[in-house]
Amino acid sequence: MNGPSNLHRLPGIWRASSNVLVAVWLLIAIFPIAWLVVMSVKLPIDAFAPNIFDVLGGPETKAQIGGLSTYDLALLILTVILTASVHSARRFLFRPFADTTGELKVGGVILSYLTTALTLGVGALLVTPWVGTALERLTPDGPLSQPLLGATLQHFRAVWIDNAFYVHLQNSLLITGGVVAISLTIGALAGYGLARKSSQIAFWILIIALVFRALPHSTLVTGYLPPFIELGLYGQQFAVIIVLVAINQPFTIWMLRSFFTNVPSSLDEAAMVDGATRLQAFWHVIMPVMWPGVITTGLFSFMLAYNDYLVAALLLDGQSQTMVPAIMQYFNRETTLTDQLEAIAAAVSITGPLFILVLVFQKQIVSGLTQGAVKG
Amino acid sequence: MNNRTFWWFVGPSLFMMVLFIAGPLVGVAVQSFQQQRASFETVERESCTPFGCTTEEATVPITGDDGRIITRTVWVGWDNYAALLNGPAVRNALANPGDALRQLAQIPFWDALRFTVTFALVTLPLVIVLGLLLALAVNTLTEQLKGPTIFVTLLPFIITPVIGALAIRWLFIGDGILTAGLERLLQQEIAMFAQGWTIELMMLGYRVWHVVPFAFVIFYAGLQTVASERLEAAGIDGATRWQKLRHVIVPHLMPLIVFVSLIHLMDSYRVFDEIVGFSASGYRISLQWLTYDFLIPDESGNRSIGRASASAVLTMIGIVVILIPLLRNTWKEQRQA
Repeated sequence: MNGPSNLHRLPGIWRASSNVLVAVWLLIAIFPIAWLVVMSVKLPIDAFAPNIFDVLGGPETKAQIGGLSTYDLALLILTVILTASVHSARRFLFRPFADTTGELKVGGVILSYLTTALTLGVGALLVTPWVGTALERLTPDGPLSQPLLGATLQHFRAVWIDNAFYVHLQNSLLITGGVVAISLTIGALAGYGLARKSSQIAFWILIIALVFRALPHSTLVTGYLPPFIELGLYGQQFAVIIVLVAINQPFTIWMLRSFFTNVPSSLDEAAMVDGATRLQAFWHVIMPVMWPGVITTGLFSFMLAYNDYLVAALLLDGQSQTMVPAIMQYFNRETTLTDQLEAIAAAVSITGPLFILVLVFQKQIVSGLTQGAVKG
Repeated sequence: MNNRTFWWFVGPSLFMMVLFIAGPLVGVAVQSFQQQRASFETVERESCTPFGCTTEEATVPITGDDGRIITRTVWVGWDNYAALLNGPAVRNALANPGDALRQLAQIPFWDALRFTVTFALVTLPLVIVLGLLLALAVNTLTEQLKGPTIFVTLLPFIITPVIGALAIRWLFIGDGILTAGLERLLQQEIAMFAQGWTIELMMLGYRVWHVVPFAFVIFYAGLQTVASERLEAAGIDGATRWQKLRHVIVPHLMPLIVFVSLIHLMDSYRVFDEIVGFSASGYRISLQWLTYDFLIPDESGNRSIGRASASAVLTMIGIVVILIPLLRNTWKEQRQA
């Protein structure tokens, strides 16, 4: 990656202002999300306090429930440092799973992420509370043992245990998993076919898919509702899976097609000269080199299904509802501040998996976004 | 690849799109000329008083075994469209130019259209300019900082739209932390959710926050492909920083700017999740929300499928208008390829 080299030689004032711009943006980008996390572990009186330091420190929460002592915070910071070191040393730790260039193979990559997750999980959820409590017991009056930041998990308990939000998590997982699996299967077949065929008809299919991609989802659901109610499909999750797969198909085939176009067609032709059928060539020769493209497309299918509000809100109800529409149930009644905080805890829970997704797949998301635009 | 194999590969995907996209479109077009009406029957009611009984005829809705009113589908021609567009009210409003905008805003369809178009057109330049500035700025960072910067930048983009809107809402609602800050700064009471224009402002702000990362990623990738010789040549010719940006970098990124603009117009025309997240429907509605609202059952459990369909068809006409330039572009590119 050689950036335009002249841009690097900026005079001081330009450099400074461009750094300030980035810093301000980063603050704006992270603040609303970070603030949700801070609010979710406070009692209402702290979470909705007008003073920024009261929200961060949580004095009421500290007085009524307790919170994190200096020991806990130090242990948490240690965990994060340890996790980061384990992650950056992954090529060294998992040498047996690397190829000749030192890059990890698929197995090694999965193993390294599991280790990272395990380090973080054990450190934050097991070691920190146990060792922290033990240290606090040793020096009950020491200044390091006093709670420093007020924090409570009661809203998360209320959401997940009392309000049975896991039912909606199950629904979301079922629908998201179904959409990703079916979208990729039929999308990969179509994407491959379209990439290897340059005829009028292939061109028209792509153009029509482009128009379909632009349609408002409410338009399509207007068409589904009467027949679905007639056929008793209303409230059925597989109906939502099929609808989301269809809505997602135009985007999927465009993206996968552009990934397939990057795989030289000499590969499958060589396999077919050796006597393989088209399907065998596709499955044994092309798919093994297509995994980056499939993973990237799968990520975008995942986000479409996971983030969907409109389709699920119109076609599902009650216990069959997914997480995002379910969160709005907190706003349908007269909401108390505690209700609001439970909604915030649910929102944080929904955002968690997406955060991990970017952490692990940042490169694939960026490549997916630029795929259509830069390469044409 | 021969035709037979091609159809086998493309078949499943095509089947899904025909059955679940093209099919519903035809359905919507047909439904937009229909309405569900309750079926009525005439019954004789005998009402008795101490002075004798009288029978009279009454018209009552027929209910099925489940106690629901049985409906039948009737053709109503352009009625659904006429009700949505509300011609007489529009004429009334236009006859009174001083007050026309306020009166038009009383009609849901025109109100939704006004908001949707404003939303798309106001966010567009902000997204493009901020995305470009951010890409230029991140490009000057040291290599070690670029990765974490891109990571944080992606967060507003991948967050669930309804949740993202809620996150902004909680910063402002009641005495939310930013409202409290603003009140201290301006020394006056502020209620961000008490009038339409502040809610509209928050929705615009949310969308810009949500889409700038997308524009940034595309422009940043484009910047990596600017030929450094051209910039150096421009430097030797004595071009200033501004001139280089204006005459070398922006023209190089132009196809990407067009691409981001079209995608953004298409997506922001479908604005919906913001209305839900900010609970804005009392003050501002969008075209897609209008259709959605007709589809939500009312107190007696009826959905206005006919109205929803007419509103959906009108919304689609707008999409087609936005798509024409994009289609023309793709057409040309694919023909050349």
